[in-house]
Amino acid sequence: MVQGGCFGEEKMKTLFNYLIFPGFLFSAMIGLLAGWLDRKVTARIQWRVGPPWYQNFTDIIKLSGKETVVPQGARITFLLSPYLGLLGLVLGATILGQTVFFSGQGFTGDLIVVVYLMAIPAIAVMTGASSSANPLASVGASREMKLLLGYELPFILAIITVIVKSNGAIRLGEIINHQAAYGSSVFSLSGAIAFIVALLCVQAKLGFAPFDIAECEQEIMGGTLIEYSGLPLAVFKLTKAVLLSTTLLFLIILFLGKDLSPAFLILKFIMILVIAILIKNTNPRLRIDQALRFFWGPLTILGLVGLVLATRGL
Amino acid sequence: MDFRLKALTKSIWVFHISTASCNNCDIEILDCITPRFDVERFGIQLIGSVRHADALLVTGVVNRKAAPLLKKVYAQAPKPCVVVAVGQCALSQNMFRFGYNCPEPLDKILPVDVYIPGCPPKPEAIIDGIVKLVNKVRQKK
Ligand code: SF4
Repeated sequence: MVQGGCFGEEKMKTLFNYLIFPGFLFSAMIGLLAGWLDRKVTARIQWRVGPPWYQNFTDIIKLSGKETVVPQGARITFLLSPYLGLLGLVLGATILGQTVFFSGQGFTGDLIVVVYLMAIPAIAVMTGASSSANPLASVGASREMKLLLGYELPFILAIITVIVKSNGAIRLGEIINHQAAYGSSVFSLSGAIAFIVALLCVQAKLGFAPFDIAECEQEIMGGTLIEYSGLPLAVFKLTKAVLLSTTLLFLIILFLGKDLSPAFLILKFIMILVIAILIKNTNPRLRIDQALRFFWGPLTILGLVGLVLATRGL
Repeated sequence: MDFRLKALTKSIWVFHISTASCNNCDIEILDCITPRFDVERFGIQLIGSVRHADALLVTGVVNRKAAPLLKKVYAQAPKPCVVVAVGQCALSQNMFRFGYNCPEPLDKILPVDVYIPGCPPKPEAIIDGIVKLVNKVRQKK
């Protein structure tokens, strides 16, 4: 009976971790605030005032109260895929959050699991868009797919560079421990190269300009999200927010993992976010073929150079 | 419920439909999102797809070609959705009211919530119209 109680408690704790603290609620809050920072900094760059801090929360609440229109000819995956993407991603956010906030937890290979979980939102967007029976949405979905194929290769090269640097550790906890002992990996030549590569890949993952090809509003009118309204759209916006906080946390763990006390964590988070926003605001959108050529050409070569340097111990 | 209504008035996503306007009204609408007026301060955004819209901004005389399309677009918008008529053309067909291809004004086709007169209306007038709209929506429920 005692054991049963313990088991129940364990389950409750897991549920709490998944739904509230490092998981859904927490990362969504952070992501929505980060999304506000994005809008605010963008507005300041354009010499505007920008929205108040609660704007993204208001948008989500408003969307949840709107009607959900299901287009004629849409399949069941149209309504399912937003939730699928969010559920998968929150799992990744929970694993990352637990390694950062409750150090010592985690399992061997959680790095690889997180990389896969972070690709799920893109897949959810693709399935949702391609089952919405809209030609522009399918154009968006095909672009998203090509973009995914493009940025995954250099992204994984950058991650392998970090794995090589920390003596083949594929557990997030070990990577953090290694950096705590020997300094953040971004402060070496190969680490810096890998960081640049990973940052540009994250830019594409988040759908920020110059890689907002799948969702461009002027060209294909919202692209993959064109048919979504009401609650499913709100879920997609939430997924985007969670993805923002998760990928930035992932970058911090991999490249800036030396000091993870709250103050430094927030500082690093905001620093990477502002760099991403500045890249976003100073670059025009690429065409899909240019983006693919960029990812498979210069960026992959740069990633390989970083990897070779890392094996030489630089 | 009231909470959601308040959120709606604080985050209006606007879809802009130009039904045979002379383009001046459209330019004045775009003026509202420039640094001088910056309506994003109040959560107002121009969006690309009508499925995300909370308000339809209609400019221009609705001619025979545009009227069925306009009805279709209104049917595609998720409710609650308001319709704002911008410019004298949309209000009363302006100098086109005896034209052979402009059968009826906008409010005979769609339920219009706010009329913003002017040829073209100034950005201040458009913002004033939106403020009146927000007050009206808040009082209705
Ligand atoms: S109201 Fe005047 S400015 Fe606006 S579309 Fe008509 S003619 Fe052009």
